[in-house]
Amino acid sequence: MTSYDGVTAAGRARARPAALRLSRKGVEIGLFLAPAVALYTLFLIVPVVEAVRYSFYAWNGLGKLTDFVGLGNYREAFGSGDFRQAMEHNGILVGLSLVLQLPLALGVALLLNRPLRGRSLLRLIFFAPYVLSEAITAVIFLQILQPDGVLDSFLRSIGLGGLVQLWLADLGLVFYTLFVVITWKYIGFAIILFLAGLQGVPAELHEAAAMDGASSWATLRYVTLPLLGPTIRIWAFLAIIGSIQLFDIVWIMTLGGPAGASSTMASYMIDQGTQRYRIGYATAVAVILFGICFVVSILYQFLVLRRDYRVGTSRMAG
Amino acid sequence: MRKWKLLALAAIAGATAIATAVGVAAPKQHKSVTLVWWHNQTVGPGVKLWPQVAAEFHKLHPDITIKPVPLQNEQFSTRIPIALQSSSPPDVFQNWGGGQLVDQVKAGKVADLTKYVSSWIKSIGGSAAGWQVNGKQYAVPYNVGVVGFWYNKELFAKAGIKSAPTSWPQLLADVKKLKAAGITPISIGGRDRWPDAFYWDYLAVKLCSKSVIQQAAVTYDFKDPCWIKAGTYTQQLIDAKPFQDGFLASPAQQGTTSSAGLIANGKVAMELQGHWDPGTMQGLTPDQKVPGFLGWFPFPNVPGSKALPGSLLGGGDGYACSWKAPQPACAQFISYLDSPTVQNRIGSTGLGLPVRKGTENSVKDPNLRTVLKFRSSSPFVQLYLDIAFSQSIGQALDAAIADQFAGKATPQQVVQKITAAAKKK
Repeated sequence: MTSYDGVTAAGRARARPAALRLSRKGVEIGLFLAPAVALYTLFLIVPVVEAVRYSFYAWNGLGKLTDFVGLGNYREAFGSGDFRQAMEHNGILVGLSLVLQLPLALGVALLLNRPLRGRSLLRLIFFAPYVLSEAITAVIFLQILQPDGVLDSFLRSIGLGGLVQLWLADLGLVFYTLFVVITWKYIGFAIILFLAGLQGVPAELHEAAAMDGASSWATLRYVTLPLLGPTIRIWAFLAIIGSIQLFDIVWIMTLGGPAGASSTMASYMIDQGTQRYRIGYATAVAVILFGICFVVSILYQFLVLRRDYRVGTSRMAG
Repeated sequence: MRKWKLLALAAIAGATAIATAVGVAAPKQHKSVTLVWWHNQTVGPGVKLWPQVAAEFHKLHPDITIKPVPLQNEQFSTRIPIALQSSSPPDVFQNWGGGQLVDQVKAGKVADLTKYVSSWIKSIGGSAAGWQVNGKQYAVPYNVGVVGFWYNKELFAKAGIKSAPTSWPQLLADVKKLKAAGITPISIGGRDRWPDAFYWDYLAVKLCSKSVIQQAAVTYDFKDPCWIKAGTYTQQLIDAKPFQDGFLASPAQQGTTSSAGLIANGKVAMELQGHWDPGTMQGLTPDQKVPGFLGWFPFPNVPGSKALPGSLLGGGDGYACSWKAPQPACAQFISYLDSPTVQNRIGSTGLGLPVRKGTENSVKDPNLRTVLKFRSSSPFVQLYLDIAFSQSIGQALDAAIADQFAGKATPQQVVQKITAAAKKK
């Protein structure tokens, strides 16, 4: 403070217009920000806070909130075998997405990045499923995967009838069937993302590596992949969050069944909320889901993405 | 100065608002009202019939305008609670009666119609019961059917079955015969859960006494051994493996590989379904016609039954008035839907099975006439249990039964699960 006193005393004559300018600037900022802040508060902050409030009640969606149960809904959720099973499924989904979709998408992206006849067409084909809506994808695959459906007929026609399974009715298989559908749907996005990332790898680095006699594997490992790092990390983040929130395809294809064998946290939440009218309980599940996404996002930002924000070092750190 | 101007402006605005409010309220005294009508007739004959009925009613009562709003059937379960909770609910809305209606009544969201309908409600007989709460009429059905077996007469004949089974052991024996003849006996839409529950519900209706069932829908006490017995009989059927491949994931109504599609296209011998099934099948056949091989027989009797002979499981569609609906206009409109003129057309167009006595002959389809005959002569039609029970408990029951069909729950566990759900509320 003291250091400013002298300045203020000396420049008092000019201080007023400066303050005026400042406050005017503040007003301008406020005016421009207000609509966004208002919308954000109204449609995001308020509902989240309200949801937390609802989650402390047993409520069927009708009438007033009267039946306060404290943390009862949360206790029930964590004690419920069905919900734990759903959480487990989300966990497996995160793991499978990272372990299987990443190499697959990366491989296809590297192939499609080479000068190749019909490259644009191939890119289009790989990206097409992503453009379809989840609902359409689910309905199409529901038909394809029916017993004696398109897939079964196809397998039989090429002499692989022995591979035919009850794709959606087998309790041990249905979840992995859904994973394949999800992969088909979302892999195009990963590929496009990686292709865009590959555009950012300078050709001269590849040339330099070639000059130094690096094998193509070494170039990939020590040049391409590190430079693709930020893209991969962003994709992984989206894949993790998407896996935790997965709902539409599951709901349309199996309703989370049979017997919860393909449930996710979101399908469990919707089942409890809109099918059983246990709105209070479902809201508690929603809050848990929100909490998990929130914590995962923060941790991921902090532990993984932070290095990408340090401009300049990101390339080196890779 | 500025502040004063603002205040003056506010005062003027307030006065205008009050004036407008009064202006709106004034014509209400002339009894010119509009009823917003949420119905589920988005396919089939109701698409034409309902707007027609609305226009007719307006002609009869020029001061009442009906505004029909068709909504896809599945949307009601999510939209109705939200709409009822809001300050502008629909005036007339689709209602399935039972526990859902109890919940709505408890929350004070639906109007008591007793005094408006008391003069004629007897003319729909026992059908009215499912839409009563504590002896008061809170909603009125216009279409009530019962669940039974839709079967393929040709496939039954092929398997050497002369007449439809009338007892549970006979049904199981026929399942064996059909399997021996290389025919899939039964299709079921396991993905949707409620078709599984039809078996368990029906066995409970056949095994439990009327009072035990009716009490259960109020007290949620499932200690009577008949409930577990319903599960053991269900298990007998599951163990006989009568269902189509992958039945756990089959939808009930969508596509030709759904349970309705399979019977419609002659791929399975029978399906336990509601009275709407021929209508569903119609849309799933290549020629868009109800298959000619189709027949209907009631759920077979069960040995050791404590139920009244002829007890059936069923349900239907009705309408309720929300708390905000103008009366008696709303009750008048609902009454009109049960008048002979509308009821006859509900039967003749195939929209549903009319509830009003004396309109039975309007139903043309021979199978539906059989269904109607059984419904009319039944001493006791129990509402589908998932509807009769409070929503959360009814859905928990369906899920528990679906678990049993998937081999993940025993008859005892089904009863345990539903008892636990009842405790949770």
